[in-house]
Amino acid sequence: MSGFEAAAVISGIGQSAVGRRLGRDGLELTIDAALEAIADAGLTVADIDGLSTYPGGTGVYPGFSGPGTPAVQDALRLELNWHSGGMEGPAQVQAVVNAVMAVSAGLARHVLVYRTVTESTAQGTGRRPGIGAGTPIASGAQQWTTPFRLLSAANHLAMYTQRHMHEFGTTSEQMAQIALNARRNAALNPKAVFTAPLTLEDYLDSRMISTPFRLYDCDIPVDGSTAVIVSAAEHARDVDHPVARIEAVGTALRGRPSWEMWDDLTTMPARSAAAHMWSRTDLRPADVDVAQLYDGFSWLAMSWLEALGFCGHGESGPFIEGGGRIALDGPLPLNTAGGQLSGGRLHGYGFLHEAVLQLRGEAGERQVPGRPEVAAVGNGGGPLAGCLLLTRSA
Amino acid sequence: MPTTEELSGFFWTSGRDGVLRLLGCDACGYLIHPPVGYCPACQGRETSPTPVSGRGTLYSFTVNHQPWDGVGDLYVIGLVELEEQPEVRLLTNVVGVDPSDVRVGMPVEVVFEDHDPVFLPLFRPVAA
Ligand SMILES: [Zn+2]
Repeated sequence: MSGFEAAAVISGIGQSAVGRRLGRDGLELTIDAALEAIADAGLTVADIDGLSTYPGGTGVYPGFSGPGTPAVQDALRLELNWHSGGMEGPAQVQAVVNAVMAVSAGLARHVLVYRTVTESTAQGTGRRPGIGAGTPIASGAQQWTTPFRLLSAANHLAMYTQRHMHEFGTTSEQMAQIALNARRNAALNPKAVFTAPLTLEDYLDSRMISTPFRLYDCDIPVDGSTAVIVSAAEHARDVDHPVARIEAVGTALRGRPSWEMWDDLTTMPARSAAAHMWSRTDLRPADVDVAQLYDGFSWLAMSWLEALGFCGHGESGPFIEGGGRIALDGPLPLNTAGGQLSGGRLHGYGFLHEAVLQLRGEAGERQVPGRPEVAAVGNGGGPLAGCLLLTRSA
Repeated sequence: MPTTEELSGFFWTSGRDGVLRLLGCDACGYLIHPPVGYCPACQGRETSPTPVSGRGTLYSFTVNHQPWDGVGDLYVIGLVELEEQPEVRLLTNVVGVDPSDVRVGMPVEVVFEDHDPVFLPLFRPVAA
């Protein structure tokens, strides 16, 4: 580890209540998570001098963005040397990468990073309409999709999965293991939203969304906020628990950043980000003790497994067959808090929070045995990807 | 319906005479899609709508079941690689075939759906 990443650590983590239709304001949830993270890092609110979030207060879809940085800065009366919120970057973890860069550059010493969603409450009892549904005139990027009634990321990613199945013989029974593994782990996570046992038969019998995706291939919107504190590395010795070091970040995006024009739809830009991450460290895929990989749709986690080199291109189906390799007691425990499929869509940050918990040995009933030392976090799908390799301090 | 007010306007109205057109580089013929007035192959800045065969291969597809727009019918969304330049993949609907008979790799051809002034380029299997 010799890059800018060495200058910063994740010194504290926090998370609000997580659930369906909590009916609480996004700023309230954010404050819950932030105060917990600040205390966990051994700090007070007055110590925070940086603020970073994804995607900023965009209001793109109801409940998607959470509060922007001005709202959080004002609520906590923060005195900031640096602040940033936005969504054009290496997926959701870009807010963490930005914070690490700010600390490394000396612009901030303790950055509060957060991601808040209230998608469940925003939907009320109704269903979110498709993206662009009901728009009479489609312009910009949407003109290429809504006229053909492509109204969800599910449709895009279903075509990636279909191509993967066509080229490599990947099966629904194999893909099911992502969902079944998530559900088993969720049963050990008190904050997970779906914990009832799920069988392969249940999975195969569930209704089709967009072939080959069934209901259980799709994650579930929730309300919740996750916060982490990115601190100057020297702060690690002032904290009364292990911290997560940032071994390497993966931020590359090479090739056309387009859902349909991407050169090989059996891969995603995750392959660029992952290759970039491995180029920044001497650690190798075999060194990873626990993986937290984006599963907004089940195939995304398979694509991340391949991109990160845990198996070869096209081999994720056989790799997860039967589920043993990715189980809590397997060689590569995956999505140990239940992922977004069963834990709820904390939009990338549930994975980050869980990776740090596992490295600290504080994951309770779902703690991976053997004191994990290296965790991989992959965020994003479609034309966006970003990843982190985290290690435990002594 | 798509807008006809942008650089892509010709693409959406092209089917009036039954011909699919993409933006082509005047210097080297490279098809630039979505349309942009810059050729990534030769850096040329002169471009024009260019007729193409309308034939291609189905690269991938999905049969949509979820009623995102409240309609509730089954329909096929596909990605078609154009014969002239396979890295151009047109997102479209595959029509004229039972959804359960759609296969990756099928030869397909364009058919336009008339929403004058827009003519939506859909694709159907080429008759064997
Ligand atoms: Zn050219």
